[in-house]
Amino acid sequence: GQERGRSSGMPAGMRAGMRALAVLLCALRAGGTELTFELPDSAKQCFHQELERGLKFTLDYQVITGGHYDVDCYVEDPNGRTIYKETKKQYDSFPHRTEVKGVYTFCFSNEFSTFSHKTVYFDFQVGDEPPILPDMSNRVTALTQMESACVTIHEALNTVIDSQTHYRLREAQDRSRAEDLNGRVSYWSVGETLILFVVSIGQVMLLKSFFTEKRPSSSGAST
Amino acid sequence: LALYFHSGEREEKCIIEDVPSDTLVIGNYKVQRWDIHKQDFLESAPGLGMFVTVTTPAAEVLLSKLYGPQGTFSFTSYLSGEHVICLQSNSTRFVAFAGSKLRIHLDIRVGEHFLDESVVQAKDKVNEVNFRLEHLIEQIHHISKEQNYEREREEKFRKTSEETNSNILWWAIVQTLILISIGIWQIKSLRDFFISKKLV
Repeated sequence: GQERGRSSGMPAGMRAGMRALAVLLCALRAGGTELTFELPDSAKQCFHQELERGLKFTLDYQVITGGHYDVDCYVEDPNGRTIYKETKKQYDSFPHRTEVKGVYTFCFSNEFSTFSHKTVYFDFQVGDEPPILPDMSNRVTALTQMESACVTIHEALNTVIDSQTHYRLREAQDRSRAEDLNGRVSYWSVGETLILFVVSIGQVMLLKSFFTEKRPSSSGAST
Repeated sequence: LALYFHSGEREEKCIIEDVPSDTLVIGNYKVQRWDIHKQDFLESAPGLGMFVTVTTPAAEVLLSKLYGPQGTFSFTSYLSGEHVICLQSNSTRFVAFAGSKLRIHLDIRVGEHFLDESVVQAKDKVNEVNFRLEHLIEQIHHISKEQNYEREREEKFRKTSEETNSNILWWAIVQTLILISIGIWQIKSLRDFFISKKLV
């Protein structure tokens, strides 16, 4: 190994712990993409990704605004075989382990809708989570305190990320529904007031018109 | 760059990013054009560029620049809310070009601060840990900013719900009053009418 002047005084265990901490702090989540986009009515949007064989991927998607908050989704493997197909789903999660190497396609379709465009969020996570300690799998001794603290922090932060995303999407969707509801209540209030006035004034005018027909032998007038 | 999608030559494709204020958003893209002769996407078509437009939630344009076939763009949000990132090619060909489309590879990262890898490798392990700890602290600050933003949005949501609730209540009262007063007016008007017509 290399001789490190400054750190030669550190015990071996501590150095391993430092190494683990360093790995933890730069450990990224498994690669992936998350995007939010607007899907116009009667439109379809497809995304493609080249994947190796034997890789695990997860597709999460959720409709945030628009219409009945649902969308069609299908996933195809490189051979064109449909490995996942759902219609009018609001949200779903699809994990899969690839069997073929090639370009995988997943598409979101709003073709069943004629006038509501949807905002769709999807998260495409690829790859297994790499173990955060380099030799965690073939460890003979127990983890040191620092290393188990590392593992705990890493798992907790992953949970935080998932929680945050989940709550952010739920809140966006609920707020969209509440704003729709508020708008509809306002429109209905104004509309019903107008209808009330038109109908009631119309009734009175109609009744009056029944009794104002010109007849030579009308009541009250004597010849 | 992993994920890609197809788009028409002059079509504008937009991505929505809901971010808190003071957040750095970095985007990487690569665009390829379909070549009819080779029946494949060319590696990098010469002269092909992409207009990148970023719009803030207040409908102001934050960034509007022309980049080459491959590029990186970034912006820092100063308002919280939905920012719209739009990509459109600068192709001057007319729309009716049969079979012409673009393949756009895209990767957008929010709130990440890049580590300077060379600085990290050079020092010994203690300083590396120190450096990475600072990076981690920055990431946790970002989590905290997101949570504050979430609190703002939930407040707005709650206000909307309460406004809807009071609208419905107020409208029910007003509607009852209108109904009663119109009823009274109808009967009065008809009675006066019949009296004047000597029917009553």
